Amino acid sequence: MTAVGGVAGSLPATPHTESVGKPPLPKRAAGFVRRNEDRAWRGVAWVAVVLPLAALVFAVTVLAVKAWPALRVNGWYFLYGRNWTYGNGYGAVVHTDGVAHPQGAQFGAWAILWGTLVSSVIAIVIALPLSIGAAFALTERLPGWISRPLGFAVEILAGIPSVVIGLWGILTLGPWLARNVYPIIADHAPNVPVLRYFRNPVGTGEGLLSASIVLALMIVPIITSTTRDLFQQVPPLPKEGGSALGMTDWEVANKVTLPWVRSGIIGATVLGLGRALGETIAIAMIGGAALRIPINIYQPFTTVAATILTQLDGALADGTGFAVATLAELALVLAVISVGVNLVARLIISRTSRVAAPVGGA
Amino acid sequence: MMARPLAAGPATRRRRVATITWRVLTYVALVLIMAPAAWLLISVVAHAAPHWRWSVLWTTLTPSGGGLRNQILGTLILMLGVFIIAGTIGVLAGLHLAELARPRRRSGKASGGPLRTASDILAGFPSIVLGYVGYVALVVGLHWGFSLLAALIILSIMVIPYIAKTTENSLRQVPTGYREGAEALGMSMGYGLRKVILKSALPGIVTGLLLALAIACGETAPLIYTAGFAPTLPHSLTHAQFPYLTYVVFQYYNAPETQYHYLAFDAALILVVIVLLLLVSTRFIVARTQRNAEGARGPRRKRRWRRPSLDLADLPR
Repeated sequence: MTAVGGVAGSLPATPHTESVGKPPLPKRAAGFVRRNEDRAWRGVAWVAVVLPLAALVFAVTVLAVKAWPALRVNGWYFLYGRNWTYGNGYGAVVHTDGVAHPQGAQFGAWAILWGTLVSSVIAIVIALPLSIGAAFALTERLPGWISRPLGFAVEILAGIPSVVIGLWGILTLGPWLARNVYPIIADHAPNVPVLRYFRNPVGTGEGLLSASIVLALMIVPIITSTTRDLFQQVPPLPKEGGSALGMTDWEVANKVTLPWVRSGIIGATVLGLGRALGETIAIAMIGGAALRIPINIYQPFTTVAATILTQLDGALADGTGFAVATLAELALVLAVISVGVNLVARLIISRTSRVAAPVGGA
Repeated sequence: MMARPLAAGPATRRRRVATITWRVLTYVALVLIMAPAAWLLISVVAHAAPHWRWSVLWTTLTPSGGGLRNQILGTLILMLGVFIIAGTIGVLAGLHLAELARPRRRSGKASGGPLRTASDILAGFPSIVLGYVGYVALVVGLHWGFSLLAALIILSIMVIPYIAKTTENSLRQVPTGYREGAEALGMSMGYGLRKVILKSALPGIVTGLLLALAIACGETAPLIYTAGFAPTLPHSLTHAQFPYLTYVVFQYYNAPETQYHYLAFDAALILVVIVLLLLVSTRFIVARTQRNAEGARGPRRKRRWRRPSLDLADLPR
């Protein structure tokens, strides 16, 4: 098929004599197939690439339509209010702005938003230094035969289902921390701002700090693997130059390698933040699902994602459908935050990779 | 620093202390990551092993315990469905972004502007939000009820951006010479794509697909919202709840009856084994590609060296 087309293409000056010399029909058939193969590829691929766009529009529309009544009734109170009650399910149905909801229903999600942001930030604070240190040890210090298996272990950690990590967190890690680690911190935390939140009681291991530690473990693979790739992209000459000037490996890391890849690491961290914000099942298991701001860092709390999961049954009990609409509003808020964070991360990373992209290559 | 005398003064000592501290801290960081990871895997095995029965793999769930055959099959069916739906759409979308839409030559910017942005935004959606959308639109809105079809669609939407991205990245790593060679031989665009370009990008594409499958089989939150849960496999795509492993882990670990705890531990172990198998096979594919690529041309550790590979960072969850 192609051979025929190839010969014809290579002799553009005498196309007619060529087609007389060979049987014309196969060539025309081949041309037909070729033209249509191109068209088929283009058509199918175009459909495939438009589908995510359609899915996105669809998802946003569904969320917006579903959340609209809740947006109107809850107003700004949703963002700063601390009272989350479904109201009297058996009482009179009240109409506000034409939206029906049970009497006394009030949805202020401040505690939920607080839990989401704080747990993610704590997770980043734990995960970032660990990841940078580990990535440095993997790329600059350890020999290949040991760093390659360890790198694979990091990939495994990324692939472990979050429900399994949650199971380990609730059955093994949480109780262990509450028995062996938290009491030590709690007994020595002074009564000053911020550190006050580390004081007793330490609880059972279900709570904010346990959940944040598990979250940190889940975002470590993201930051570690990206940082490791970035470290490997730093050209050897500047590093060797630093060594030749008598810099120690700490100074090379601090003054050459890290500044070289800083924005890439920031991008990876923001990406990890996006992951932490959206994590659901592990938080639902370890967080304790308490719809309030915890009195200290060990107590149960909740996040937006976990609330959407755990409150559906309760919300379905609301005959007016207003509670379900409020969950849609939560989902919308989470989507906006998470997508925003993700886009910022991609922006940072794409800018870095353009600057730091290796020259040449195959 | 240059002007200082060479004798070991306080500055030198400070530098030595800083350097040694830095080295120690990096190793400590590595241990603090690896130890919980190892602990996690050991704990999963340790929970499942004491009460492990092989019959878990082929008996069905009963009120008094039983096995997880239907749940395992359900998870495998979900993976297969995602492989077919999301694999097809994701690979084709990546193909479009890398090969067909290319205004790059003119603007110097990455191709496929709004389409790529849509894919990126979709990748940023938390899985629970997609699950909620599936619940509202498919389960309730279209009256499908909790069902396999709703779950498949939502899981596919979740992983399509990732598959598209890995496909696009591996297509971009195909040397330009291959394309020019195909064109010079008179191949049409479609034929060259099929015979030359896709072929040499295949390992990268398959790696992305396998990672996406690993994520799909470990997903819980969107499935609870779309698939529901059932002890048995249904006979229809819609209007029937669907069994899968992650639900067993999530709901049974604190069930009142102890035999259900064991099922939860078994399910966790089976999930980890599935994920490990998938990850090890990606490793094999990458290793084989590297070996093949080594003698022929260019950079030895192709996949690692080219650009910040966002493979793990982009994983949906």
